[in-house]
Amino acid sequence: MDNLIIAGRSFRSRLMIGTGKFSSNQAMVSAMEASACEIVTVALRRVDISNPQDSMLQHIDHQKYLLLPNTSGARDAEEAVRLARLARAAGCEPWVKLEVTPDPYYLLPDPIETLKAAEILVKEGFTVLPYMPADPVLAKRLEDVGAATVMPLGAPIGTNRGLRTRDHLAIIIEQARVPVVVDAGLGAPSHAAEAMEMGADAVLVNTALADTPNPAAMSAAFAKGVQAGREAFLAGLGRQRQLAEASSPLTGFLRNES
Amino acid sequence: MELKINGKPFQVEENSHIDQLLKQLELNPHQVIIELNRNILKKETFADTRLSQGDTLEIIQFVGGG
Repeated sequence: MDNLIIAGRSFRSRLMIGTGKFSSNQAMVSAMEASACEIVTVALRRVDISNPQDSMLQHIDHQKYLLLPNTSGARDAEEAVRLARLARAAGCEPWVKLEVTPDPYYLLPDPIETLKAAEILVKEGFTVLPYMPADPVLAKRLEDVGAATVMPLGAPIGTNRGLRTRDHLAIIIEQARVPVVVDAGLGAPSHAAEAMEMGADAVLVNTALADTPNPAAMSAAFAKGVQAGREAFLAGLGRQRQLAEASSPLTGFLRNES
Repeated sequence: MELKINGKPFQVEENSHIDQLLKQLELNPHQVIIELNRNILKKETFADTRLSQGDTLEIIQFVGGG
């Protein structure tokens, strides 16, 4: 079987899903089911004590899905570590999608604080999946401190713009010894397929699934994109050429050669 | 007495415990995570943890996120 292995744990699906922005819990669950994903991210926020809502967690089948709490909202390493510890206190497995995004406009990850937090959390026994800029050197540094994956961005979160960082992603994929999960900015199944064709081990998608009239149908489409890209990668893509190379024989034409 | 919950002032009766506070707020103790003065509380301790004037609490839960 062509399974994805993260920190010794095996997954059949190479599509991870974020649970934000869905119009309802029902839409979220239908997207999860249609995608056949096994890992879903969740966030931690203050309860609105003047208007408490039931936890979305009760809609998620914990036997079927691994919950991956993120540290979204953290602006530095300290805040990220605090959020990760809170998630673990809730009884989650000690897996965390580390996210440190001090810049509110592009939500780009802070490489220095991300590395700092990764090191602390690995020492505390967390399985750390860091969201990171598509920087091959940083990917190596995160690997060195014990990150279980690297999660370079394709484009800023929620932008649906695809693999704007393609050349750097290729270097990260070439050099990585841990799974590479392309996260953020994937807006179409073709983007996911492209990442997988390049040799990414998995992708994480949220906005493109949630912010569409039919999340379940879009999730199924993304699952096919991921699968197609993976199979193409394993099969081996043909070489690109500058000049045409005929697919049909260049002899026996119905004309007299002069 | 006055506490600070999620950044806002909040009144509770003297000598309240965490589980009484949650009842007052109509919150399910299994669905929230609580930090008391920056220390994470284990759920098993909710019934035994007494609140004091000026305590700072964070009451947190999981929400959708990417």
